[in-house]
Amino acid sequence: MTEQGPLLSINGIEVMYSRLALVLRGLTLTVPRGGIVALLGANGAGKTTTMKAVANLLRSERGEVTRGTIQYDGERIDRLDASDLARRGLSLVMEGRHCFPTLSVEDNLKVGAFSRRDGAVAESLELVYRYFPRLKDRRHQATGLLSGGEQQMCAIGRALMARPRMILLDEPSMGLAPLLVEEIFVIMKQLNAAEGMTFLLAEQNASVALRYATYGYLIESGRVVREGAAAALAADPEIRASYLGLDASAEADASAFSARRRPRWLS
Amino acid sequence: MGDFSFFLEVVVGGLLSGVMYTLVALGFVLIFKASGVFNFAQGAMVLFAALTFVGFLEYGLPMWAAFLASLAAMLALAVAIERTVLRPLIGQDHMILFMATIGLSIFLEGFAQLIWGTKVRGLDLGISDDPIFLGDILISKFDLSAAVMAAVLVVALSLFFSFTRVGRALRAVADDTQAAQVAGVPLGFIWAVVWGAAGFIALVAGLVWGARLGVQFALTLVALKALPVMILGGFNSIAGAIVAGLVIGVSEKLAEVYLGPFVGGGIENWFPYALAIAVLLIRPAGLFGAARIARI
Repeated sequence: MTEQGPLLSINGIEVMYSRLALVLRGLTLTVPRGGIVALLGANGAGKTTTMKAVANLLRSERGEVTRGTIQYDGERIDRLDASDLARRGLSLVMEGRHCFPTLSVEDNLKVGAFSRRDGAVAESLELVYRYFPRLKDRRHQATGLLSGGEQQMCAIGRALMARPRMILLDEPSMGLAPLLVEEIFVIMKQLNAAEGMTFLLAEQNASVALRYATYGYLIESGRVVREGAAAALAADPEIRASYLGLDASAEADASAFSARRRPRWLS
Repeated sequence: MGDFSFFLEVVVGGLLSGVMYTLVALGFVLIFKASGVFNFAQGAMVLFAALTFVGFLEYGLPMWAAFLASLAAMLALAVAIERTVLRPLIGQDHMILFMATIGLSIFLEGFAQLIWGTKVRGLDLGISDDPIFLGDILISKFDLSAAVMAAVLVVALSLFFSFTRVGRALRAVADDTQAAQVAGVPLGFIWAVVWGAAGFIALVAGLVWGARLGVQFALTLVALKALPVMILGGFNSIAGAIVAGLVIGVSEKLAEVYLGPFVGGGIENWFPYALAIAVLLIRPAGLFGAARIARI
């Protein structure tokens, strides 16, 4: 165990699907212990592929990491099975939530504790219900009948049940009303502060993500094109123009950039 | 004997044989539920299990020891299948896995007969086939015992899947494989458990059907009896397999007795398939199949 180094470091990975589609082209990023790092980018930039590469889910989709390494807590994890990571304290909340629709909420959460051998599952359940009281009200309902926001809470709760040190949160805002998005991000911030959990957050909604993150990476076509402290990124004129949806015409130095890019992101 | 008690007798006989169909169908449903694969080798597993059991009996083992030894063999087989056939094919199309199970069935049929020989053997479970009277209804004692065995197995399996940690994980895998892996459920382990359970079912099915038909190659064909049951009940529903097995059992017996005389008999053998086709036309997912829970 390396105490100092970053908790997660992705070193120049290339990811290929079906041996022909190169989706990530030498992507490098690090997530410090206790940090909230945002991974920003448009649709198809490679955010979800990055998350799946870390979670070792590519193999079941005929994708593979063809170059580079992924290290978690100082150890290479890119040769492990997807199910080994939960035990090491690394949990992914997948894009689109992916709850188990026919299982009750409580059963969903209990599956999250599958890898644990200690008997303290009941305490973790209480912890999840404390952060998400709505799940407690609905614990006996089939998860498929929950609203989108509740399903997102269930998915995050399930990840918490493995007692992770780090959570990969893939597009938590997808399809949720703005107020719910804020609620989810506030809880993420609380988990970060109170439980010391580290987050890597992939988001299309850059403005919300940068308000809660400490550091951010902007990726385009499978590469990091810009990185920096969240506040600096949020103030960056090009990012403001292309990703935050702010009118850039007044910001003269970004006008050429935005004229080229805006139709693609903001149509 | 009145008409009504005769009717009852036909129904009860149908229910009992329906349980036997359910038994075979359950093996398919389990594997289909957990991995979306139609396991063509289920019939071969029934043969393999029955041959192994009879083989151990011939070595002079008592019946309970032969049963445990065969069960161990079926569990070992499940682990071996997971390692050598399923694991290398992770992420492949369902059709490719289906093809792999065809190969597996050919291998198992050959392998079982290579070890235990090809001659037809009788299997005496020590249950007499004497009829017993329940009121004025005549019931085969053997059928009744087979039905009780099957019912106990079904109840045990449902309890296992509903209330244990592994059973819960298995339902999670059936719902969403990737999400289950992410939650820390090792897919290989779950598949081994599912194939082990299917092997257990194949063993029980092999015993009751083997005692009926003799332990021989034709046992693989009992799998065909499961097909209409699955079409009727839905490929991914355990409850469906139970209800559909009973429905098929009863309806084929009733058809034979009450419709048979008009067309010269022999309805029993094709009636389930005709019923299955009718269900496909009206409700392709089966009575209980693919009832997705979703908000609209």
